[in-house]
Amino acid sequence: MDSTALTHAAQAVGAIGLLGTALGVILGVAARYLSTPVDDRAEAVAALLPGSNCAQCGFAGCKQAAAAMVDGRASPNCCPPGGASTAQRVADLLGVHLTMDASDAALPTVAWVDEERCIGCTRCIRKCGSDAIVGAAKQMHTVLPEACFACGLCVAECPTQAIAMKPVAPTLATWHWPKPKPKPAAAIPLATE
Amino acid sequence: MWSFRVRGGVKLQYHKELSSEKAVVAMPLPRRLYLPLQQHIGAPAIPVVAVGDTVLKGQLIAKAAPGLSAPVHASSSGTVVAIEEYVAPHPSGLRQKTIIIATDGQDRWADLPTPVIDDFPLGVSPSELNSRVAGAGIVGMGGAAFPSAVKLDLKSRYQLDMLLINGAECEPYLTCDDRLMREEAAAVIDGVRILAYALEVQSVVFAIERNKPQALAAIRDAARVEPWIKVMALPTRFPMGSERHLVLACTGRETPSRKLTADIGVVVHNVATARAVARTIRSGEPLISRVVTVSGRGIREPANINVPLGTLVEDLLVFCGGLHPVPHKLIGGGPMMGAPMPSVQVPVVKGTSGVLALTADEVNDGAESPCIRCGSCVSACPCGLVPLEMAQLVRRGDLQGAHTIGLQDCVSCGSCSFICPSHIPLSHYFNFAKGQLGALDRDSRRQDRIRSLIQARNERAAREAETKKAAAAARKAAKAAAAASTAAPAATPASQLEEST
Repeated sequence: MDSTALTHAAQAVGAIGLLGTALGVILGVAARYLSTPVDDRAEAVAALLPGSNCAQCGFAGCKQAAAAMVDGRASPNCCPPGGASTAQRVADLLGVHLTMDASDAALPTVAWVDEERCIGCTRCIRKCGSDAIVGAAKQMHTVLPEACFACGLCVAECPTQAIAMKPVAPTLATWHWPKPKPKPAAAIPLATE
Repeated sequence: MWSFRVRGGVKLQYHKELSSEKAVVAMPLPRRLYLPLQQHIGAPAIPVVAVGDTVLKGQLIAKAAPGLSAPVHASSSGTVVAIEEYVAPHPSGLRQKTIIIATDGQDRWADLPTPVIDDFPLGVSPSELNSRVAGAGIVGMGGAAFPSAVKLDLKSRYQLDMLLINGAECEPYLTCDDRLMREEAAAVIDGVRILAYALEVQSVVFAIERNKPQALAAIRDAARVEPWIKVMALPTRFPMGSERHLVLACTGRETPSRKLTADIGVVVHNVATARAVARTIRSGEPLISRVVTVSGRGIREPANINVPLGTLVEDLLVFCGGLHPVPHKLIGGGPMMGAPMPSVQVPVVKGTSGVLALTADEVNDGAESPCIRCGSCVSACPCGLVPLEMAQLVRRGDLQGAHTIGLQDCVSCGSCSFICPSHIPLSHYFNFAKGQLGALDRDSRRQDRIRSLIQARNERAAREAETKKAAAAARKAAKAAAAASTAAPAATPASQLEEST
């Protein structure tokens, strides 16, 4: 190979290298100064949702619901299993003002298995997103109330209608005063005795 | 010694004269005692007796649960007839596990721990005293019922320099602490010395409101031998007996928001708690009785009664001559911070300081009218909050907004509700909001736990799918290999043929 060919090759490598470096710098600067902010709140919201994709909100799953909440297509309190606390956390994250009332919030419920009806088919167990149902084939199933987040998928799945959602009864540790009801104003006595 | 100024508060009509001159009398032993497993803040105690067991007076019947808890002892001898759900002395009227004892009337004592009889310095270590107080099931007897031993143990985590004894008794009607200070001043002071010794603090202040001159004189007299116990006469103003406000009035130190008084070096104990500690250390007796004020114009004969714990309020009312006229409200505790009783068939527990039967004209129960923004509640609030604003936010459902302007600093003293000319149940709004925020907080933690369960399940499902896929791939490979090995002999001649050509 003669020297002119070598020089040409070196020139070409140099030119391409220079071009690459220059374009790289331009791209770098552009990325730094001309970027559009990426909205990663959807992921943050999804992290707050239960993540079991129960679809009670009307979206395909928790990720889709989170994206809808960020876009404003869904309200932060559209997740029934998440309940009031999740709604509040999502609202805080999105900077949305959530007026919430004790009467608005549905009473917390958990699934409950009617032992007379359960045939031990394990279909609910396979459906349960949080492993809250224990049991084995042809054995009685039962719900661990602490792990149940009331998505209700098991109720629809049960072939013998043995599962129902039951409200959680308050205990001394969880009871609190209800919201005061406005008292009707007393009739002002017009007596002229 | 002058006290420091405390902002806000209200002047009340005290009605203490109904029972303040009635000496403490002993309650005759009831036929049945109802001892709830939870008479304190924390986890319910765990029963150590079974139905049918014979128990002796002072015998441990339920041990403290791990963590924050307190044990329960039999208030008299008898037989355990049931351990079942029974109505709790709580405004909800919910039931809780209760040990029911049929008394045998003999009041036979169980073996008690050896009393400490030596004078100061005591022959036992502070930590030994502490465990004795814990073992006796002593809790704060001013009403909050916080396990006292835990408060004594605060010295391990905080720099403490002062013990403050709360003899303010700022609630109207209640006179049980007043009587205790007058009648058993020496024992109370002994208890104070024991508490100071257990806490290892040098400075003790005994605070009493000025509307109890006899109690002040008695305590001053009893404390004369101990000049380091300073007795302070405080102005009569509600809520002087609130822990934070008492500390402010006596020391000028303000407890920061969401902190304990221990953070500023002060531990507060109630007079009746000091008395109970003295009894436990000096005679070995656990906490099985307390002085209860039964008062109000709906009670025929108001009285201060030494009641065995577990006695039904019904028995107490009968002992006081019954209800007359029919009261408008039956309250456990004081009228400002106490709570309505769900029934008369609830037991007296460690935190029951009073049982009040109030007639309609003693209750400020007018119809609610709109807020006129007069600002009375703002000047009455001892915590420097703006009750009218907070109540408005809570009413609208904006609990976070109320939280932002200091809801959690509210001590639920009820001064704002008392002063409100429009009869707005302000402190009821705050109690609701605090409860609701607490419930939300518990729910958040529950949701977090459940989310981790869901995540674990999703990961497991992914892993299972992966294994299945790998197994399927392996099977497929094996099948292909098997097919190849069967196909190979057939192919060989062809390749050989090719090679040969």
